[in-house]
Amino acid sequence: MIDITLNGRPHCLPGASTVAELVAEVTGRPLRADGRAMDGGGLGLAVARNSEVVPRSRWVDTAVANGDSVEILGAAQGG
Amino acid sequence: MHREALVIDGVSFHSRLFMGTGGAPSLYGLAEALIASGTELTTVAMRRHDSASAGSLFGLVSDLGVRVLPNTAGCFTAREAVLTAELARDALETDWIKLEVIADDQTLLPDALELLDAAEQLVSRGFVVFAYTNDDPALAVRLERLGVAAVMPLGAPIGTGLGILNPHNIALIVERSGVPVVLDAGIGTASDAALAMELGCDAVLLATAVTRAQDPPRMANAFRHAVIAGRLAAEAGRIPRRGRARASSAMDGRPDL
Repeated sequence: MIDITLNGRPHCLPGASTVAELVAEVTGRPLRADGRAMDGGGLGLAVARNSEVVPRSRWVDTAVANGDSVEILGAAQGG
Repeated sequence: MHREALVIDGVSFHSRLFMGTGGAPSLYGLAEALIASGTELTTVAMRRHDSASAGSLFGLVSDLGVRVLPNTAGCFTAREAVLTAELARDALETDWIKLEVIADDQTLLPDALELLDAAEQLVSRGFVVFAYTNDDPALAVRLERLGVAAVMPLGAPIGTGLGILNPHNIALIVERSGVPVVLDAGIGTASDAALAMELGCDAVLLATAVTRAQDPPRMANAFRHAVIAGRLAAEAGRIPRRGRARASSAMDGRPDL
């Protein structure tokens, strides 16, 4: 079991996971190895792990470790 | 009607009204207002992904064919702003960023020191920086020297609708700027936007003046016209202000009655 903080809330992962697996779980969408949706489109999301950007191209080989703080961000209404 | 396009980073804009997405109660209403405004550039904020409303704004803006300008709203430090800009670049696949670094949540006024620090870092990281700034001509020059693509002085604090509190400073910023000047924040109604353009601004960015109006699409349409009218008036050259009246009807040929 891996306990992380996801978007400010406690989140439990059943076992070793990557950022890509976490994003797929949260969005309910399967991802390609390059972090895009299966149709090649962008998800419009970005990930920060412990206050550092994890570029989409590295989601698939970036592990999430116990105690990590992960933020998954997207576009929201704003001026 | 001849209207020259505004070019920023090689991209031409035929509408000089940029409309933010903030403050709209529904995405449907927002879409109607965006269409009515005729805008070609809209701002979005970067916030925690909410699977309940997943991707809808991103999809909406993409569907409308409007270019996206992510912002760093809510950032108080250069560090936060740079990280937010990097996340926006990865999420939305654009180097464009509206840099907003605020001093406190009471005034939402830009923090000049953090703003300059963030602008310098972002320019060096290859971002096209639209710098939201105070109506301060000296700060605008500093930002331009750092290499920002546009300076965006406020008319009044965000969301106040007080209009342009210091038209003289805005005119001074325009007069001395070598990069586009976009009047951002404080706009309340159409005449405020027209005034910004008459002062020589290259474009106007607003959000809540439309999204929180009683009839947002109608107000968006009003702003579309106001920006065009203000631009035309600026190009046409207004008459000088005079202290005394000056008849427009000739006295010659006046009958004895």
